[in-house]
Amino acid sequence: MAEREKLIEVKDLQITFGSGRKKFVAVDHVNFDIYKGETFALVGESGSGKTTIGRAIVRINPISAGEILFKGQRITGKISHALDKEVIRKMQMIFQDPMASLNERAKVDYIVSEGLINHHLYENEEDRKRKVEDALREVGLLPEFASRFPHEFSGGQRQRIGIARALIMEPEFVVADEPISALDVSIRAQVLNLLNRLKASRGLTYLFIAHDLSVVRFISDRIAVIHKGEIVELAETEELFRHPLHPYTKALLSAAPIPDPELEKKKKLLIYDPSIHDYSVDKPQWVEILPGHFVHGNERELDGYRKEIESN
Amino acid sequence: MAVDMTKEPILSARDVEIMFTLRGQTLRAIRNCSLDLYEGETLAIVGESGSGKSVFTKSFLGMLDANGKITGGTIQYDGMDLAQFKTEKDWLSIRGKKISMVMQDPMTSLNPLKKIGRQIQESIELNQGIKGAEAKKKAIEMMVKVGITDPERRFEQYPHEFSGGMRQRVVIAIAVACNPQILICDEPTTALDVTIQAQILNLIRDLQEELHMTVIYITHDLGVVANVADRVAVMYAGQIVETGLINEIFYDPWHPYTWALLSSLPQLGVKGQELPAIDGTPPNLFYEVKGDAFAPRNPHALAIDFEEEPPFFDVSPTHRAKTWYLDPRAPKIEQPHTIQKLRQSMNVGEEGQTNG
Repeated sequence: MAEREKLIEVKDLQITFGSGRKKFVAVDHVNFDIYKGETFALVGESGSGKTTIGRAIVRINPISAGEILFKGQRITGKISHALDKEVIRKMQMIFQDPMASLNERAKVDYIVSEGLINHHLYENEEDRKRKVEDALREVGLLPEFASRFPHEFSGGQRQRIGIARALIMEPEFVVADEPISALDVSIRAQVLNLLNRLKASRGLTYLFIAHDLSVVRFISDRIAVIHKGEIVELAETEELFRHPLHPYTKALLSAAPIPDPELEKKKKLLIYDPSIHDYSVDKPQWVEILPGHFVHGNERELDGYRKEIESN
Repeated sequence: MAVDMTKEPILSARDVEIMFTLRGQTLRAIRNCSLDLYEGETLAIVGESGSGKSVFTKSFLGMLDANGKITGGTIQYDGMDLAQFKTEKDWLSIRGKKISMVMQDPMTSLNPLKKIGRQIQESIELNQGIKGAEAKKKAIEMMVKVGITDPERRFEQYPHEFSGGMRQRVVIAIAVACNPQILICDEPTTALDVTIQAQILNLIRDLQEELHMTVIYITHDLGVVANVADRVAVMYAGQIVETGLINEIFYDPWHPYTWALLSSLPQLGVKGQELPAIDGTPPNLFYEVKGDAFAPRNPHALAIDFEEEPPFFDVSPTHRAKTWYLDPRAPKIEQPHTIQKLRQSMNVGEEGQTNG
């Protein structure tokens, strides 16, 4: 694991909104690395700060403490203009709601190539058209669609346009913010397949933001569970499902509906009560409890987690 | 709760057809749908957006949009044919009193300008004929029942002071305040977080038992279906294509659309393999649909699927599917791999239990 190239490093990240008396700490003490070529999932409920982290990485939200490195280079705070341009190009984002994330008044052709135009990444008009066609074809749309408006497409097709718009910049890293939550069941599989295919063909790295653990299991290599702006547990996907340690992870797992009536009947719903943590004396830390498996807790809790691991 | 299907259904829809007029064209949203609802059961109606699941159930309450009309069939309830109801006055004796509905989005189904308590009280005053302090007392009782803590204080609050899950509890309180016989829940948890979703589903289940309600869930989430339903109806392009008990639909489905729906679930997918996605789009209901509506998206469709509409075939007394696959003349067709795997998991699950 140590030899794997780190694409993104997030160190002691803190993000606040507002200032003075109204200051609100949305994200605090967040640490994780994303390796090249993996799908890293960030899971939590609404308001937990998962999207805020994603937006901070692509430099939309300014951060108040800590730093974020992209390929070993700091990309937060003041950076050179050249690096800024490079980062914008190499990190792209796919948004949740395909109905809201496309400019209704622009044609697909413009929507997809806006990034190219801003960065002058094409030789001539012909080259730009060709790039748009290629991008559309790659996401499973017809090149003719370039001359249409977003309202002429279904939700699944719109999401593909959003993906084409990200792809055309030839990114290395893509933040996918709940890309399937707003889609219909029958279309979710298509979009997940597309994301997986693109990852393989282009060697992409994803940060996949979601609220449903069961969906994330299929697509991601590693999962971080976030609660109220702090990451409480991080592990490889199967390890997390086998040995969930933090009570919040357990609650999330128990709440995710399984499409299997017999399993559903036997499942016990756990409800997470944050007041079980007594951090007044014994301060919590972020500890690697098993190789690659991190959990947030204080000494007493960590002892409990270790016993739990031994017992099964 | 077990379903007693030997009894008379409490609601029985027969060959219902619903048309919408849109820009001078007519759209056949529901195409001869039949459904029986039995007392005390939880029925889930599953399908993708646009399959007509909401429209179909809204017709039980007379809540179709102004441009929609029931143009055929009957809906028998309590000795009346709801399909014949014309005026709002007719519906007042049914809507809210006998049949009630919980909508999808708790953000938009409450009036933002009125206090929470007033909105619950209003429904009680309108439907139960009690007024003032007595109705308020009843409203507070309802708030306790749906798990709202500190009801006296929250009675005086506005919807914006409530979280999504809490608002949905209020909507449920309004819906069940008059002790309806049938509660229709239209995607009650889609707008909520998973942890809150589980709590709301439990709440509806508890209320169902306490108030002896029959519940219809409308959802596209098969995980939710597995959690709540006794019986399932799968809808596609304005028709019910398969109905059966919960275990029959998950472990032994026969309609290719049910197969496709189950197989495409990421929860059942194998990592590193492609999910079996459903290609194409549902048919345009502005036009006449020929044969099996799902045939163009079904890679294993039979020739007859494109020619003639299949009838219902019985798989068991409680399980019917509308597909030519079940015709004795059809070639032998295996259920897809995902379904077989699901069935194995059931067999494992049943070991150690006396009855399945």
